[in-house]
Amino acid sequence: MNNLAFDIAHLLAGGLVLISLMLLYQDRLTSLLNAFALQAFVLSLSVAWQAYVQNAPHLYLTAGIALSVKAVIIPLALRRIIRRLGIHREIETAINVGPTMLAGLGLIALSMVVVLRVTSEADMLAREDLAFALSVVLLGLLMMVTRRNAVSQVVGFMSLENGLILAATGAKGMPFVVEISVAFSVLIAFIVIGIFLFRIRERFDSVDLEAMDEFRGEAH
Amino acid sequence: MSALPPLDVMLWCVLALLATGVAAIVIGRNAWARWPVYCACLAISGIACAFALLHLIVHPAAAWEAVLPLGLPWIGAHFRIDALAAFFLVVINLGAAAASLYGLGYGRHESAPERVLPFFPVFLAGMNMVLLAADAFTFLLSWEFMSLASWALVMTHHRDDDNRKAGFVYIVMASFGTLALLLAFGLLAGAEGGYAFATIREQGAPPGLTGLVLALALLGTGSKAGLVPLHVWLPLAHPAAPSHVSALMSGVMTKVAIYAFIRIVFDLLGPIGWEWAIPVLIIGAATAVLGVLSALMQNDIKRVLAYSTIENIGLIFVALGLAMAFQGNGMQAAAALAMTAALFHVLNHSLFKNLLFFGAGAVLSATGERAMEKLGGLLNRMPVTGLLFLVGSVAISALPPLNGFASEWLMFQAILLSPELPQWALKLLVPAVGALLALAAALAAACFVRAFGITFLGRPRSEAAAGAHEIDRLSIAAMAIVAVLCLLTGIVPAVVIDAVAPTVQFATGTRMPVQTDIAWLSIVPIAESRSSYNGLLVFVFIVASASAAAFVIHRVASDKLRRAPAWDCGFPDASTVTQYSADSFAQPLRRVFGGFAFRAREEVHMPLPGNGNPARLTVHMHDLVWEGLYLPIVRLINVLAEKLNHLQFLTIRRYLSLVFGALVFLLLVVASWP
Repeated sequence: MNNLAFDIAHLLAGGLVLISLMLLYQDRLTSLLNAFALQAFVLSLSVAWQAYVQNAPHLYLTAGIALSVKAVIIPLALRRIIRRLGIHREIETAINVGPTMLAGLGLIALSMVVVLRVTSEADMLAREDLAFALSVVLLGLLMMVTRRNAVSQVVGFMSLENGLILAATGAKGMPFVVEISVAFSVLIAFIVIGIFLFRIRERFDSVDLEAMDEFRGEAH
Repeated sequence: MSALPPLDVMLWCVLALLATGVAAIVIGRNAWARWPVYCACLAISGIACAFALLHLIVHPAAAWEAVLPLGLPWIGAHFRIDALAAFFLVVINLGAAAASLYGLGYGRHESAPERVLPFFPVFLAGMNMVLLAADAFTFLLSWEFMSLASWALVMTHHRDDDNRKAGFVYIVMASFGTLALLLAFGLLAGAEGGYAFATIREQGAPPGLTGLVLALALLGTGSKAGLVPLHVWLPLAHPAAPSHVSALMSGVMTKVAIYAFIRIVFDLLGPIGWEWAIPVLIIGAATAVLGVLSALMQNDIKRVLAYSTIENIGLIFVALGLAMAFQGNGMQAAAALAMTAALFHVLNHSLFKNLLFFGAGAVLSATGERAMEKLGGLLNRMPVTGLLFLVGSVAISALPPLNGFASEWLMFQAILLSPELPQWALKLLVPAVGALLALAAALAAACFVRAFGITFLGRPRSEAAAGAHEIDRLSIAAMAIVAVLCLLTGIVPAVVIDAVAPTVQFATGTRMPVQTDIAWLSIVPIAESRSSYNGLLVFVFIVASASAAAFVIHRVASDKLRRAPAWDCGFPDASTVTQYSADSFAQPLRRVFGGFAFRAREEVHMPLPGNGNPARLTVHMHDLVWEGLYLPIVRLINVLAEKLNHLQFLTIRRYLSLVFGALVFLLLVVASWP
């Protein structure tokens, strides 16, 4: 049982990392949102499995929130936004896919080395979990750095936050309040950024952040 | 043990001072507020001084410790009173009491009492806390407390541009000094983080880092005390504060810095090698000479006093350096002599510098002028202040029978022991330092002849000086008490030497021979055959010969009044500009020393024949330390700021990239850490 628990948790966390990598090379916004919804779905599975393994029923609630908000509501809302903005067909990348993927692989290796070295005394499940979570966080950050479009940056940020939730649920005894607040903060960030997008759009006729740089007279 | 341990009394005094500060915030705007505030400060400082003195005399070897549950939770706040702290507590609270008494009278001229009254007691509390602190955290906290309170006092008249500049330079230098001390204590505490002084004392000097700790301690305490080249803030900040606060900063706060140096070098660091004395001796001598030369060139009387503080700090550091050199060679008796001289001078300087700043404050409040070129002839208008200022001038010029002579004489006795040092470096260096000290002493005398002569003698150079009146009795009482103390400690130095003996014992492990047993109150630092000095005898001789001369002149000389213009003592012209001015008095010395010390240059503009304009003599001087050291630093900071400026205007994605890059870099460091 114990071994099986470990393997399944490992599988789900690894799936999260894999989907993070998938996020990196999506160059259409619609497919990016689909991939993100998939990641949120896997996250909710992973959290639910942790709830079962750790015998912590409150984690089911976290899983539910992840499933409903992140896998359904936010992707749907973002999809509406990009349709209303008329940018759902656009293709954008700041850096080519190849180097980005290589950088992503490097980051995963780095987080493995760091976590496995630093936490040599913790139990196996938590260590693996932390390593994967750190990978997801770094990949989310990488995505925010490489993308130009505000929508993909939002997605990158939320994917980063998925990594945080993975880490939080992997560690036993994380207070429930924290998870709720994290989830809600993301929701609020999403709302704010959504409003922001419309504002940017109204003013510059584009959601491309470079347009703002040009407006400041600092285009390169 | 008595029923009231001195440490408890001290801590209650600190608390009472803080409470006074808080109360002063409430009542500070009222004109009468100075009475309760300064009276409370006077009473508390008096009690603290008395108990510290009691501790020094009754329990010379004892030390009390207490840990209060304040500050960092796992450290607590350690307080301790031992012989070293007790001596400095006496000095500081004595100065504080005198300044409070003076403030009672002087405070009536204060235009913004609400900016002085709350900070004055807090400043006193800060200084007391530094002396009582017995762990690095409490020490640094109190040190900053003291710095910030004094900074607030410097900024009392903040609408004046010069004062704002002084405050800025002061707070930058004070922060720098605290940083150096923080690093020094960090090194002393070691990797285990033993911040309590007791732990540091047990550990001793960190191996191989003695020099670094010493350099940091010298930087940290030197920037507060005013060692060259860290002195630049001092002549700006000390005069900017109200006069009784100037007296406290110059006479007392610099002593707290010296206490910190002694505490670190002689107590916490443990025994150190003789070679570390060399930088202290060189810096001390340079400070003494440069300080007094700068004092000679100043025209503002409070700045003269501030620069003279720098000189005296140099003297004290030279004596401390001598003590380090002797102690490093195991010459305990000589080390005790040098340390006694240093501590004696600490006491003396706090007395006469207070007196002189009080005098300058009296002149300032009577005339509204600090520039000596606008003063003159005040002795006729303010005879008591003039006389007391003269006493202070004589004392600081190290003339017998006053106290300045006694301590500087001890210093030279220690210097004369230098041939017994085994190292040639010291054998050659110490006499050279001695020569510089002698030069500094002579220049100090010239400086105070100038300060007293230009201010109080001659004819008034301005309306304000002509209309000056004697100041209030409380201020005079404060000055008179300090002046009497200057005289007493000068006449019976043996008592002071024996009183500081426990402190010397604490710092150097031994003490000077008992002096109070010697007949006729002489002092004999080493052996009767070598040297001895009797202040009482000199005093009696001076009084007797002066009285006899006065008697003879009054009785024997002709009392027929003669009126004769003759050549009128050099100025038959009634115009006051024909008198010696402050600058003209300093001209010979400026021509001798100004060339290399200040790159002084004189320029004479002669009008062409037929042109009726007056000829002009212009003097150009440079502050080499400021121009050579501080301006390049300022320029470097400006260049760096200019270069980093564009970081403020990056795109969101670049900021994110910076954060991301930093995170990855740190993770790489963690991953590759051995």
